[in-house]
Amino acid sequence: MVGVLFFLAVVAVIPFGVGPDLNLLARIGPAILWIGALLASLLGLDRLFQADREDGSLDLLVLSGHRHILAFTIFVKCVAHWVASVLPLVVAAPVLGLLMNVGPVGIGAATLTLLVGTPAIAFIGAVGAALAVVLPRGGLLVSVLILPLTIPVLIFGVSASYGAVADPDPFLPPFLILSALTLFFAVIGPFAAAVALRQSLD
Amino acid sequence: MSETTATSLKIGDLANPTRFLAFAGRLVPWLGGIAAVLLVAGLAMGFMAPEDYQQGSTVRIMYIHVPFAWIAMMCYSVMAISALGTLVWRHPLADVALKAAAPIGAVFTFLSLATGSIWGKPMWGTWWVWDARLTSVFVMFLMYLGIIALTRALDDPSRSARAAAVLTLVGAINLPIIKFSVDWWNTLHQPASVFRLDGPTIHPSLLWPLLVMALGFTLLFFAFHLMAMRNEIWRRRVIAMRRISARAAETA
Repeated sequence: MVGVLFFLAVVAVIPFGVGPDLNLLARIGPAILWIGALLASLLGLDRLFQADREDGSLDLLVLSGHRHILAFTIFVKCVAHWVASVLPLVVAAPVLGLLMNVGPVGIGAATLTLLVGTPAIAFIGAVGAALAVVLPRGGLLVSVLILPLTIPVLIFGVSASYGAVADPDPFLPPFLILSALTLFFAVIGPFAAAVALRQSLD
Repeated sequence: MSETTATSLKIGDLANPTRFLAFAGRLVPWLGGIAAVLLVAGLAMGFMAPEDYQQGSTVRIMYIHVPFAWIAMMCYSVMAISALGTLVWRHPLADVALKAAAPIGAVFTFLSLATGSIWGKPMWGTWWVWDARLTSVFVMFLMYLGIIALTRALDDPSRSARAAAVLTLVGAINLPIIKFSVDWWNTLHQPASVFRLDGPTIHPSLLWPLLVMALGFTLLFFAFHLMAMRNEIWRRRVIAMRRISARAAETA
């Protein structure tokens, strides 16, 4: 819930910064929604493995089985993290879109791209969270490490949302690439996080 | 056959830090000396090369800008191979190589961005454009900084080395995606401002100084890299010796 509040706060701050011009807000609205959701979904990431580490269950997870089982466990943890703390952001996005004066098509496109694209951020974030488990105060460093890696997701998410609104730009190609990125990181992220966790404990 | 066994023995020998130090000590002066000769020659050739008929004298920035950018990318490849060496082969010097290369790569990336924007001001009329190539190099610079932060975040060098290796490899997978996505993003939004360098159609009179400079900077990079690796090994030895003496003082 704190994530949704943060998302609301980020989006609410924008009109104070750029001025209350409704046309301008409608134009940059989908991008603001994406940036707000990206920042808000980074919030809980450093806690992804930290709680497991504190109560010792992370050691059991790492030691329990084969490498692939650990990667699969991380995959499930990412999905759970996404459902618990990122899905509320996607649900809140249409309401915030109304605040930004985005049209109905734009709101639908932004919500759909967020629904498809934010899992990729969670999977990339798992790598950062796994690296941060070793660090004593890793919270801010995780965000710094992850943000450059999420740039492709942001680019294709925003360009697909704009593609639905502005006529000459296509919607489907960037949307399909966004889906491909999510699938790609669904494989790469858990495996890299598994390697990082295994290395951190020996 | 005997030659291959000899070379493989040599690489195995370099895993020993003392042998590596001796090897680096012999190699660094040569690398540095040849690099200095090549850089002086390249600069001279660059100043004698004809001016570009449109860009005038500012085209000479190319002779340092392009090698910086090439070496920035080469350094990331060196780091990615070192990361593989840490994770897969557990080569004892691979993490030293990774840690030593990161700041050098960051400096070369920064220099390529800085010289590029100095070149961009008279040519494009602006210091910075969110052009595809500039943006992807900028993202690479950010990733260098993240890796540097991660390698220095922990006291235990072997742990931070493996964390940095994982991050470097994930970044290496991601860099082509970033490059390609930024290209796409740029063609969508501002197709008119895609600036291109001269490309492969460059005239030989301009190409030769560029190649000499690039070779010189490459040798300079490896000289710096070996020196930084040597410093890192010495630093670890000093830390280890301090620990041993502290322990000896404790038991005594």
